[in-house]
Formats: sequence, C-alpha cells, structure tokens
Amino acid sequence: MKKSLITIVGAACLTAVMGLSPVFAGDTLQVKGSDTLVHLSSSWAEKFMEKKPASEVAITGGGSGTGISALLNGTADLANASRKMKDLEKDKIKSQGFEPVEFIVAKDGIGVIVHPSNPINQLNMNQIKQIFTGQVNNWKKYGGPKAKILLYTRDSSSGTFAFFQKRVLKEKDYSVRARRLASNSAIVESVSKDVNAIGYVGLGYVAEAGDRVKALKVREGDGPAVSPTQETVKNDTYPISRGLQVYSKGQPKGLAKEFVDYMLSAEGQQIVNDRGFVAVQ
Amino acid sequence: MTKKQLSDLVVKYLFQIAASMTVLIVALIFLFLFKESIPFVRDLGLGALFDVRWEPVSYVKERFGIYPLFLGSLSVTFLATIIAIPFGVIGAVYISEIATPLEREIFKPFVELLAGIPSVVLGFFGMVVLAPIVKAVFHLSSGLNALTGALLLALMAIPTIISISEDALKSVPMSYKQASLALGANKLETIWRVTVPAALSGIIAAIMLGMGRVIGETMTVLMVTGNAPIPTLNPFESVRTMTATIAAEMGEVAFGSVHYSSLFWVGIILLIATFILNMIAQRVLKNYKRRPHG
Repeated sequence: MKKSLITIVGAACLTAVMGLSPVFAGDTLQVKGSDTLVHLSSSWAEKFMEKKPASEVAITGGGSGTGISALLNGTADLANASRKMKDLEKDKIKSQGFEPVEFIVAKDGIGVIVHPSNPINQLNMNQIKQIFTGQVNNWKKYGGPKAKILLYTRDSSSGTFAFFQKRVLKEKDYSVRARRLASNSAIVESVSKDVNAIGYVGLGYVAEAGDRVKALKVREGDGPAVSPTQETVKNDTYPISRGLQVYSKGQPKGLAKEFVDYMLSAEGQQIVNDRGFVAVQ
Repeated sequence: MTKKQLSDLVVKYLFQIAASMTVLIVALIFLFLFKESIPFVRDLGLGALFDVRWEPVSYVKERFGIYPLFLGSLSVTFLATIIAIPFGVIGAVYISEIATPLEREIFKPFVELLAGIPSVVLGFFGMVVLAPIVKAVFHLSSGLNALTGALLLALMAIPTIISISEDALKSVPMSYKQASLALGANKLETIWRVTVPAALSGIIAAIMLGMGRVIGETMTVLMVTGNAPIPTLNPFESVRTMTATIAAEMGEVAFGSVHYSSLFWVGIILLIATFILNMIAQRVLKNYKRRPHG
C-alpha cells in the first residue's frame, strides 16, 4: 500500500517536472546582463522562439557586471552590457583560453532633461559638464532663473552613469551633491516634479515622458544644437550616444550564433527601433 | 546498546545538528565576507577605507572612503529612532495599560500589519507621497533626503518597539501597581512613576532592537534618500547609507575588482555595527529579566 503510494506520487512529480520544463525538449540559451537591454532582449527572444519553437531563450537582468561574470563562470551563454567590457574582465576571459567577442546590437542616445518650465532650451557639452561636476550650480549663469541647480544622476553601478562620465564629463567626477537614482523612470519622475532639476535618461524614456520633461538640444563646440531623436542618434549628429553590446566567450556557436544573427537581422533591428532604441544598420 | 538507546542517540545528534546550523551559517558568512574583502587590503591597504569620499567609479581617482556612508547610516538610524521612540513607547503604554480589551483587539493586529508591510512598498509610498510633502513643508529643493528616509524607517521600527515594550510593561508585577494605587497615586501617576520605570530596561532593549531593524533596512532608503554620498548630519541633505550602497552597486561592479571587494568591507562594518547593537540589547534585556520582581 505504502509503496504504491510513493510510486504514484513519484510518477506525478516526474510528469509535472517534464510538463513544466520545455527545457528538456530542445536547446536552451541563457542571456544575462544589463537592465537597459533586458526589455529589448526579451522582445527579441519572444520573436525568435516563435520562429524556432524547439528552442528556449532565457533573458535575465541584474546588471552588466552580473551578466559578464555569469559569462565568465559559464552560467550564461551571452552577456548583455550597456558599457564596454573592462580590461580586467577581458583578461579573465582570456585566462580561460577564450577571446571575448563583442557585438554592437543597438545604439542609444542619452537625453539631458529639465523641467518643462525651465526657460533654457539648449546647452553645449562644456556647459553640461560644468553643471554635472558642480562647477556651475546656479541656472542664472546660463540665462535661467536665479535658482540653485538640482542634480540627478543614475547610480554609479549603472552603465549609463559611466558612459555619461566619460563622454560628457570628460572623465571628471560628478558633483558629490548629485542625487543618485536607481532607474531611468525615477529620474524622469523626479525631474518632472522639480522646477530646478536636471538629469539624463535613455532615448526611449525621453520619448515616453512626452511633455512631462523637456529634452535639451545639445551643441558640441560651435556646432548646431541638436535634439535627441532616433534620427539624430542614427546619423551621429546628436553628440551623446553609445552602442549597446552583447558579449560572448569565443565566437558564438549553435543557438547562440543564431540568436546573435537574429538580433542583427533586419527584423531584429526593426524591434530595436520599435523599442525606442536606434538600429545599428 | 538497546534499540531504544540507539534511537535516543540518533535523535540527540539530529537535534544537535539542527541547533548548530545557525552557528555554522553565521561563521560561514563571516568567513566569506573576509575572504572576499582581502583583495582590497592587498591592493590599496586598509587605510583607503578611511578616505572622506566615496567615489568608486572615477577616471580621476577611485576613492573608497566609508566615512560618508557610515555617517549616512548613522544619521538616518538616529533620526528614525528619535521619531519612533515617542510613538512606540507611548503606544505600548496605551495598549498595555489603558486600552479596553476591545481596543486592544483592534490595535494589535494593526501593529502586526504595519510590521509586515514589505519595505519596497513603503519605499514606493515614500517616493510618491511622502517626499513631495516633506519638500513642501520644509521648502526644500528636493524631498529625497535623510528625513524622508528616517520617517519611513520609523514606521518600521515602531511595531518592534511596541510589541517588545508591551511585553516588558505586562510583566511588571501587579503588586507594584496595587501598592502605588493604595498610596493614593492616580492611574497616570502609577503608569509614569511606577510601571514605566519598572519596565525601563525592557523598553530600552525594545528600542535597541528597533534600531537594529532600521540600520539594516535597504530598499526603502535606497528609494527615498537620494543616495548622494555627502558626509553630513544635516537631515535635509541627501545621504547614502551603507546598505543602499551595497544593493545599488553590487549588480554592475566588475567581479573580483577592488570596487567589488570594497563593498564587502562595507558589509563587514555594517555587520559589526548590528552585532554590537544586538549585543547591547541582549545584555540590557538579560539584566532586566534577572532582576527580582515583587
């Protein structure tokens, strides 16, 4: 009696496990990394799996660093990264006998946003630098109202933080008074509420925020003032743009290669545009 | 050895293993923290932790001073405790000494409910509702500051303080109160002059345990304090606590880098701080229990 019960329970468990995990049915691909890329990556995976129903692509966020260390210890096949791989990380992959391979799968522009009531419409790169490093702390200096500038940046863990620091701040440190928020949405939310605020977010978030914030036109040197749009990021006239990367350990093979090819295909790049980023091709 | 003796022995060992599990896990966590933090000492030396700036991602000079983070945790914890004490202690006195049984039936589940609110929900509430209010009331440029964080953390400490203080107040012997009332003191005088002083060490332990909860809290402070590592005790400035730093930076940091290892030092200091706090609370509680009553 007892024995038969165990057999039944055991069989039930086994069927449940097999039923619930299509993992056993075909190939599975683990993609881990940047939170900036996680939605775009999921959209790719969804469409990709429609075409190849036997395969399974699992997308996880957690951050660029998390993704790259997962690639290192073999728990991920591909790593999404919103920043370039660091030398330390490259060396670790090389010490395992692999070459790190980088694919730029999309482009993203970073919009500098202020409250809609702010009279300032454009700034040049140097002025933005002076604001974010804290050298200039009053809007009056650039023809705005006499009010202290309230700085919002992303947290130091974010790939966007590091990119903005390199591209705009010319590798100088951010002002210590800059409030550091955990997400793009939190920055949009805060800037839309504070009349003296300034912050920066990805292109997709600028479009989504609509009239709640104002994206400044940005000038590089004496060049023209350019608004951040998909068009201006694509033709490189908007000065603050970057590539979003996927990394693999050695040349990708099998399902990983197919998935990378899919991202870079015309259909994959259309998804990039639909998601508010900018296609690379 | 009989079968019975053998089974006794087996059960004894099983129980022993279960009991020593916590000790083992704590030891392993300590070991792990120290192991991961060693590369920092090797590369930069312990002195780098005493810098006054926390600037882990920098092209100029990476700086890993825990001082502003420590100050951030300290100011938020201190403020939250100051705010929570009156509500917690007076609430406990009311529930234990004054409330009718019906009121008690209503209050107690709500106190437990408050204790059970997930911190991310409180953080969201803080960001959307409380921060704009703090900003408007104090005419600040931003509501994301130490005070907003402390107000929310106080909400988390209050249930802890209430339940443990209430236990302490309840265990004051009836004879104390009866003696006081017999001497002609009224109810309020009895509470403040006799009951509360008799339960004082229990109340202090309750406050310490509330502080322990506050100092380790992460999600709420990450969401509402603005996270700028300014070395300040001004409640209207943005602060970055030790817990928020670990949570925010662990995700993107390059595995095995100096920055990675520095976050483990932040963890060690946090662990030591909570350890000391808990130890003091336990000691106070023990003294209180040992004291002869009635």
